[in-house]
Amino acid sequence: MSTKGRLYLDGVSVVFDGFRALNNLSLVVEPGEMRAVIGPNGAGKTTMMDVITGKTRPTSGTVRFGDHDLTRMDEADIANLGIGRKFQKPTVFDALTVFENLELALKAPRGPFACLRWILTGEAKARIDQVMEETGLTARAGDLAAILSHGQRQWLEIGMLLMQDPQLLLVDEPVAGMTDQETEHTAALLRRIAGERSVVVVEHDLEFVRALGRKVTVLHEGTMLSEGPIDQVQNDPRVIEVYLGR
Amino acid sequence: MSATIATPTPSRLRLGLRAATIAVILLLALMPVLNRLPADHALHISDFVVSITGKWICYAILALAIDLAWGYAGLLSLGHGAFFALGGYAIGMHLMRLIGPRGVYGHPVLPDFMVFLGYTDLPIFWWGFQSFPYALFMALFVPGVLAGVVGFLAFRSRITGVYFSIITQAMTYALMLAFFRNDMGFGGNNGFTDFKELLGMPLNAGGTRAALFYASLATLVGTYFLCAWITRSKLGRVLIAVRDAESRVRFLGYSVTQAKLFVFVLSAMISGLAGALYVPQVGIINPGEFSPGNSIEAVIWVAVGGRGTLIGAALGAFSVNAMKTWLTTIAPDLWLFALGGLFVAVTLLLPKGLLGLLRGRRS
Repeated sequence: MSTKGRLYLDGVSVVFDGFRALNNLSLVVEPGEMRAVIGPNGAGKTTMMDVITGKTRPTSGTVRFGDHDLTRMDEADIANLGIGRKFQKPTVFDALTVFENLELALKAPRGPFACLRWILTGEAKARIDQVMEETGLTARAGDLAAILSHGQRQWLEIGMLLMQDPQLLLVDEPVAGMTDQETEHTAALLRRIAGERSVVVVEHDLEFVRALGRKVTVLHEGTMLSEGPIDQVQNDPRVIEVYLGR
Repeated sequence: MSATIATPTPSRLRLGLRAATIAVILLLALMPVLNRLPADHALHISDFVVSITGKWICYAILALAIDLAWGYAGLLSLGHGAFFALGGYAIGMHLMRLIGPRGVYGHPVLPDFMVFLGYTDLPIFWWGFQSFPYALFMALFVPGVLAGVVGFLAFRSRITGVYFSIITQAMTYALMLAFFRNDMGFGGNNGFTDFKELLGMPLNAGGTRAALFYASLATLVGTYFLCAWITRSKLGRVLIAVRDAESRVRFLGYSVTQAKLFVFVLSAMISGLAGALYVPQVGIINPGEFSPGNSIEAVIWVAVGGRGTLIGAALGAFSVNAMKTWLTTIAPDLWLFALGGLFVAVTLLLPKGLLGLLRGRRS
């Protein structure tokens, strides 16, 4: 079986000063699959993302994307491999315009000298215009990201991910703090992005996860508690215990 | 959704600023000419004013270099004076070699201080400095290599913010202590002086001074265009992104280490060039140039002028130094208090500096 574009975590543990943020976690996401990851606060969801994107080194275990060993690569190399990440708190570059933010994210040579020589071609501009259209930011092209609303910042960040054209997308709580209307718009955006990409969505909002209608992984205390369709997971007595208490 | 928030347009102010900059450069270019007028002529400018302006032009180049690193990439170096001094030492070594047998001891090769300290041979690291192109090359190369090594170690280990500033401060302090030592072979605390000529022209001649003045002015303008080209390229936007959200830039696939290293090394080389232009004009270089206070003062010029603006950095270098010259004449004891007060006042009241004041809300 081909391992191309497949995310594979096996026996991953992360220990911070004796605290086990991840405890022998194993997870496989097949190419093109969309996976929701849920779990109470402190379950290790964000740490899992940190491990996959190279921000945190696992204490032990295997993390592979296709044939690449992610535990030996830094953030920039992993990003260039085709793994994009959307943060819980939208992080865009406030001092740059919407257009410039997207231009930075566009797939292109990343070295300092290449950036110095970079000239915006018609093709690149068309691609940026297209993403601004998709995210509904066309009218804000020349505005500094600093003056965007919370929802628009989220969409700009999603737009930046689209520009990167990743094979695997990690999305951390995309709808936290959004209005219902914005949530709807975001869900639609994510579904469109998904296409042939693998997507891992971390979310608190069970309704949103239900709306996605995909396989769900429940994390608890750094390890996998349950996995399957949302209805099966929601009826799992262990999940009920964790979420509702005894 | 309100999409009607006005986008900042190039205001009349900005065009005015551009015109003012060109006017200032033309006026500066006129200074050596006006210096040639008879002393009783109404437009005559004294030697003192021309030579001090030549110094300030070198400071303005240093300020541009600091602004490139600090204002755009967020690298607050408190040791840029070291790169400036190293460039000055490189050209100083050339000037010392040119003295030849005209020194006090009349040794054909060895500079006076070496004869005095009992050297019999020229140390290896002095070889080649009789050549001007080599000395000029070293004035760029040595600061560049030092910045490359310090930067690589710091950036690779993700040392940022105040920790990076402290390391650069320690770097210049360590160099100062080293250069104070006689056995380093750089003239100890006396440094180098008594220079005679450069490129066959006597240093004390009016024509040579004018030539150095124009060389500095041309370098300032050239450096400005180089920095403007970089900051307006995509690399400039990457640097701003690194300054504001470093880890996010990594997740976009850019090597933050490479971007920082590029700008830090280039900035150090520009500083070295500024030092190389400075030393022939002031006629002396000694380890005092490495003192941490010098580097901090240079950072204050940039803060006062407005960081991340380039023009503001140069403006800050001129205005703070003009103030220094004026204040150290009328009340020398007050200068350091005034400098400290200025820094506090600018930080609290004018975070974007003088240029921010002119430009209003933009950038």
